Amino acid sequence: MEAKAIVVNHEKCTGCRRCELVCSVFHDGVSNPSKSRIKVEKWEWEGLYIPMTCRQCVDAPCLNVCPVKAIYRDEAEGRVHVDHDICIGCRSCVAVCPFGAMNFNPAEKKVFKCDLCSGDPQCVRFCDMKAVDFVTPSRESLGKKRDAALKISEARKLGATIQYEGL
Amino acid sequence: MSLDRKVAIVDLTTSKIDIKPIPLEVRKQFLGGRGLAAYLLYKHSKPGCDPLSPDNAVIFSAGILGGMCASAGARTDVMTKNPLTGLLGSGNFGGFFAPELRWAGFDHIVVKGKAAKPVYIFVHDGEVEIKDAKNLWGKSVTEAQWAVREELGDPDVKCAVCGPAGENLVRYANVMSGIKNANGRGGGGCTMGSKNLKMVAARGTMDIKIAHPMEALEFDKRYIEQITSAKVNQTMGTLGTPFIWGATNSWGGVRTNNFQYNQLTYCDEIEPENIDEWSKKSIGSEYNMTGCFGCQVHCRAKYKIPDTPLARKWGVVGNYDEGPEYTSQGAFCGEPGCTHLDTLLIGNHLVDQYGVDNLEIGSTISWAMELYEKGILTSKDTDGIDLRFGNDDAVIAMVHHICKRDTKLGDILAEGGIKASEKIGKDSFKYLIHMKGMQNLHSDERATPALALNLALASRGSDHLRSRPAIDLYHLPVPVMKAIYSSPVPYDGPLSSDHTEYIGKPWQVVWHENCYMAVDCLGTCKYHTTFLGATLPNFEDWAKVLYYNVGLELSPKDIWDIAERGNMVERLFNIREGMKKDDPYKGEILAERYFTEPCKRGAPDVIGKFIDKNKFLEMRALFYKYKGLDENGVPTPESVKKYGLENLDKEPSRI
Repeated sequence: MEAKAIVVNHEKCTGCRRCELVCSVFHDGVSNPSKSRIKVEKWEWEGLYIPMTCRQCVDAPCLNVCPVKAIYRDEAEGRVHVDHDICIGCRSCVAVCPFGAMNFNPAEKKVFKCDLCSGDPQCVRFCDMKAVDFVTPSRESLGKKRDAALKISEARKLGATIQYEGL
Repeated sequence: MSLDRKVAIVDLTTSKIDIKPIPLEVRKQFLGGRGLAAYLLYKHSKPGCDPLSPDNAVIFSAGILGGMCASAGARTDVMTKNPLTGLLGSGNFGGFFAPELRWAGFDHIVVKGKAAKPVYIFVHDGEVEIKDAKNLWGKSVTEAQWAVREELGDPDVKCAVCGPAGENLVRYANVMSGIKNANGRGGGGCTMGSKNLKMVAARGTMDIKIAHPMEALEFDKRYIEQITSAKVNQTMGTLGTPFIWGATNSWGGVRTNNFQYNQLTYCDEIEPENIDEWSKKSIGSEYNMTGCFGCQVHCRAKYKIPDTPLARKWGVVGNYDEGPEYTSQGAFCGEPGCTHLDTLLIGNHLVDQYGVDNLEIGSTISWAMELYEKGILTSKDTDGIDLRFGNDDAVIAMVHHICKRDTKLGDILAEGGIKASEKIGKDSFKYLIHMKGMQNLHSDERATPALALNLALASRGSDHLRSRPAIDLYHLPVPVMKAIYSSPVPYDGPLSSDHTEYIGKPWQVVWHENCYMAVDCLGTCKYHTTFLGATLPNFEDWAKVLYYNVGLELSPKDIWDIAERGNMVERLFNIREGMKKDDPYKGEILAERYFTEPCKRGAPDVIGKFIDKNKFLEMRALFYKYKGLDENGVPTPESVKKYGLENLDKEPSRI
């Protein structure tokens, strides 16, 4: 079975940061966004909020760069995972992650990243808007197809001529 | 540990910073947030002080559940002796400041004294610094916040800011946070301005320990579902608070033309559905709502100001803001008799940028408009501004002039209604719709005695968020009311489903006063309790949410008692500062017009209604009795002892 992945639709995000709260409570028993795996980046002056978290990359830079092979792909859970027994805390993975999704906890001297809460991501569970959702990646684009088709359908209703650029 | 939290006491005169723990017995007496702030204000402000002097204090408080698993632990209380009323000043804002303050290691920041030059306080990871604010002073609410983030090199700094209105000592200036989280009705921005304090900036990466994390998480899930399943919150999550206008205006429950009518006619443009349509169109998305920390209700819309002649004139076309709230509909449309969407959106934007209370400025302008109509003010007094009702441009112009204090009338009105009425003279005071020197919000309570009683008794002056039994308008069956109002303490008195009645209402006001104090101690939102919805959580649920998050074992009755104690401290503060029950300036009495002018418009249950003074006084006397107060509204020695406040005046501050 195809493993699910976290999919972000930033347009739906209200910027409440509940995902950051529940992530740190679930993993560390504390409220502390600096320990959250997910973070909502904000452009408050235009009302734009973008939740950022690990994409569980297929060709993961963190996994590739790890000098001691502490990072491995967990196919069953659909995640890129860190084995802390092997990790030496060199933070090479933090340096190469293009999304800033690999983090370092200076108190525990450990890297940490999204582990999909072992199948029930709390950020998704608590996001009523489903700005962060948990779906099978092959279905990710279906909703977008539908939305784009809807726009074409509405344009037709208005009697507008649809111009295909370049044709 | 969840309860091992700190208070910073900052003296701006001496630059001395004291960091103190919150003793457990103080926690058990006051919890946190507004309740504990009332104690701190009582002890850290000098009795009888001029609110603008260094002897006043301004206190920034996060609730005890700030940043925790409590649906939305987002609220910050700012308390001070209010420069507008000379009595208790307290406002409450949402957003992200309270959680950040707690992640920075503090629950309360008490600021006293006065800085020699503009400063700001930076709170970060257990440390407190006083920093030079020369680059921030003079900046608008948002400019100042973006500038301090630049200066500190951290885009995640959260601020409680005094805007230009506070710098100019407008007596009803707000403390603001983010785009539009407004600490209204408290005058805290003015106190900050008088102290040369531009902002408190917070940034934290410290833990707030959750006592029972997994249980807290699971309970929170159910708690949120209870909150978001209420129809009122679902509507709020799509239309925002303006949805209320749709109901109250068509019914005849809003003040218009100051207090002359109780319904705004021909105002389709500002109906909630139209605001919503513009919001979505202007930001180019059907997902147009935003909200506070952790909240799944998300009751605030985003919008850009449309390109209209008025917006062009004032140079605000395309500016981004959030809201407008129900209060802005009243402040910029209902009260001054305006009906245009652009006036509403511009007015809302300007108060956010100046940092001033929308209700007070809207009411003040509308009061001046009635004075103009009556000939008490003339165009000579207004610098030529045609201050007639419905003049959109005049409303926007007056917002600027009051906040900048750059015209004679603007300067006078910036002093607030009572002081302005002394300067204007003639009959001006008669037309002022105020209680304890603070003007009412735009709702009209002549047909709803319970709501009128709440206004007169609100500890911070005329106000709907201290004890308003809003669900009284829902005609709930008496057994349902009984279930709500006889818990957590028994009540065997009468209750009536009829909102035009006087019986049973005093107890409802008592109950809501404690309910709202409790929610302000927790630091969660009033929309998440028995305010606009009868099915929302209260004392029972709070006992659980407190246990799971902070480990305090309190019964619902214990929380009720804590709230009662907090309210008593606020009352004792007001009495200390000169409140007397029948004083027309500082009393617990309605403005005379409530008793003498019947409603002219509205539904059959509204039109012709006014408040019967004798019945009102009977309601007030019953309220005093229920609260353990004497006939003058002063806590009896037995009540004071019952709540452990007998040494309040004598004891040195325990924090």
